[in-house]
Amino acid sequence: METVPADGLIAASWLLIALPLAGAAVLLLGGRRTDRWGHLLGTGTVVAAFVLGLLCTLQLGGRRVDVDLFTFVSTGSLDVQAGLLFDPLSAVFVLLITGVGALIHVYSIGYMAHDPRRRRFFAYLNLFVAAMLLLVLGDNFVALYVGWEGVGLASYLLIAFWHERPSAATAAKKAFIMNRVGDVGLALAIFLMFAQLGTVSYDGVFGAVGTLAGGTVTAIGLLLLLGACGKSGQFPLQAWLPDAMEGPTPVSALIHAATMVTAGVYLIARCAPIYDETPTARAVVLAVGAITLMIGAIAGCAQDDIKKVLAYSTVSQIGYMFLAVGLGPVGYVAGLAHLLTHGFFKAGLFLGAGSVMHAMGDSVDMRRFGGLASRMKVTFVTFGLGYLALIGFPFLSGFYTKDAIIEAAFDRGDGWGYLLGGVAILAAGLTAFYMTRLMLMTFFGRPRWEPGVHPHESPTVMTAPMVLLAVGSVLAGFLLVVAFPLESWLTPVFGEPEEAEHVVAPLVVSVLVTVVMALGVLTAWLFVGRREVPVTAPVRVSPVTRAARRALYADAVNESLFMRPGQWLTRALVFVDNRGVDGAVNGLAATLGGSSSRLGRTQTGFVRSYALSMLGGAVVVAGALLAVTAG
Amino acid sequence: MSLTHYLVLAAILFTIGAVGVLVRRNAIVVFMCVELMLNSVNLTLVTFARANGTVDGQVMAFFVMVVAAAEVVVGLAIIMSIYRTRRSASVDDANLLKY
Repeated sequence: METVPADGLIAASWLLIALPLAGAAVLLLGGRRTDRWGHLLGTGTVVAAFVLGLLCTLQLGGRRVDVDLFTFVSTGSLDVQAGLLFDPLSAVFVLLITGVGALIHVYSIGYMAHDPRRRRFFAYLNLFVAAMLLLVLGDNFVALYVGWEGVGLASYLLIAFWHERPSAATAAKKAFIMNRVGDVGLALAIFLMFAQLGTVSYDGVFGAVGTLAGGTVTAIGLLLLLGACGKSGQFPLQAWLPDAMEGPTPVSALIHAATMVTAGVYLIARCAPIYDETPTARAVVLAVGAITLMIGAIAGCAQDDIKKVLAYSTVSQIGYMFLAVGLGPVGYVAGLAHLLTHGFFKAGLFLGAGSVMHAMGDSVDMRRFGGLASRMKVTFVTFGLGYLALIGFPFLSGFYTKDAIIEAAFDRGDGWGYLLGGVAILAAGLTAFYMTRLMLMTFFGRPRWEPGVHPHESPTVMTAPMVLLAVGSVLAGFLLVVAFPLESWLTPVFGEPEEAEHVVAPLVVSVLVTVVMALGVLTAWLFVGRREVPVTAPVRVSPVTRAARRALYADAVNESLFMRPGQWLTRALVFVDNRGVDGAVNGLAATLGGSSSRLGRTQTGFVRSYALSMLGGAVVVAGALLAVTAG
Repeated sequence: MSLTHYLVLAAILFTIGAVGVLVRRNAIVVFMCVELMLNSVNLTLVTFARANGTVDGQVMAFFVMVVAAAEVVVGLAIIMSIYRTRRSASVDDANLLKY
């Protein structure tokens, strides 16, 4: 589909990025003078961006609009035009980012009310929104990369927002370094595109990708996937995401649940023309998704930290999205629909968790919660709706979008399709188990509160966004799948949807998923709801539980495979540097210094000795001349 | 008197001069020994000029004399000023320029 030049409001869509960026600049440069109204400005810019994004989307109507801005890099044969691509795909992302972002900004006003650095928090959040919008709006890979690094920076700053806590500082470093591993992949993919095609714009690359050799396309696909895995917390780079929960809870909701971590899915969906050419890379995407969704679901079952359960749930749900986009054209829309509904209910769940933490004196240990349903009615209801949406309760969001993914997996028709579908259904059961466990441990049962804790409902400024997100969690699936199908909205991007041949009838899938989900809920009730929850985690547990508590030893594997060999290498290099390189240089200097000070002794200051050496020299020269002429 | 006699005399004079420069401490004596060496060379030049029947050697000898005269002026001035500051004309006393 051809792009058309920008007109009307869309020509001003650069304001979407500029508004939050200006907010961040004012708040960061303005310093303490902006303390009093900084949070209002930060929220205002994002709300304005949301309104603008909404108006632009209404004007869009299924076109692909190219907004030319300026020449970003022009050197030799590399010519990068800074431009924005406003098409149906970036439009849904713009709405998700600014919409959920605005709600979370409002929530943060209450959540961070007593933090002395609230202004800086809003500055970083605005920076994040600006970078994320650049990521989804850029019309070339370089702009995407700039946004990609920008959200990484904002994520780092926000995870380490309470940097006086060593755990937060470490988690931020871990997130940054693991992201870097992925970013190298993305950068190499862009280098490869430029080396092979001489262009980095979406149109240029996607138009010419068919002319490349198969191996090159596969390499590009795999490198892009590496980048996506790093940003989205997918296997094998999933270990940073749960640790990132050290950041303030609104950050977890916005960055590490709803938007930034879904950038990988966006990347793969945007690069659909590349993956269309390389079944190998697409199969790897599938495998990554399937593995991650199981890892996340298993690890989520054994965590006691309420935010870590949600984090592993995020890992697992993004695994579903990777699985969907790895299925190819049949899965793109399903994956993106799940991305959007997940953005709603997971952000809502995180905000609910933040509200609970707010009430419980910043404790995250679910073993010390319990019985909060009656004390925090709004939180309970909104969290409960998000919970039902996540586990796929019939006719709520998750039900529509998760089922669509599972159906698409079965529709592959071969043995792999059944395997993937089976894995996805099993993970749906696990999702129901760990989320029910979370609900039961937090809101039901006997209170196991720490002494001195008096739970209370959060202020309206916090509960209002939770209510809106809960409404979104309930309705989004119906709206996106049935009422205003995302499929037809995205047709200009992914082409006409094919009428899929269903291998397993959708009704059967739905019933099956619902039954497995009910089994998960029941199991959770049998294990957690029926008995007393111990306030300290039991020590004598099965090996499976122990493995799940340690997230299937992801950290241990990373440490033994990469960290320790890396440390050995560092130590070896330091040794070689100290002894080898420094030794050679210092030795040479010492030799020269010693010999020259010994030579210096010959400079006695006595004229006669100089005269003798001159005479000796003259005699030697004369002798040599004689020897030469005589010989 | 053959050529050899002149050359042997010049060599003896040069050796005396060189040994004098190396072993004597008094700057004036050292200076005179240098003059002795210069003049032994002059003798050699004039000898060869005579033997070859050309004037090249003689011209060269004049140049040496002119240079030696100039050198005497400068050299004696230096010795004078060293003597004034150090109250000594020994070359071994002026040994500050060393390692």
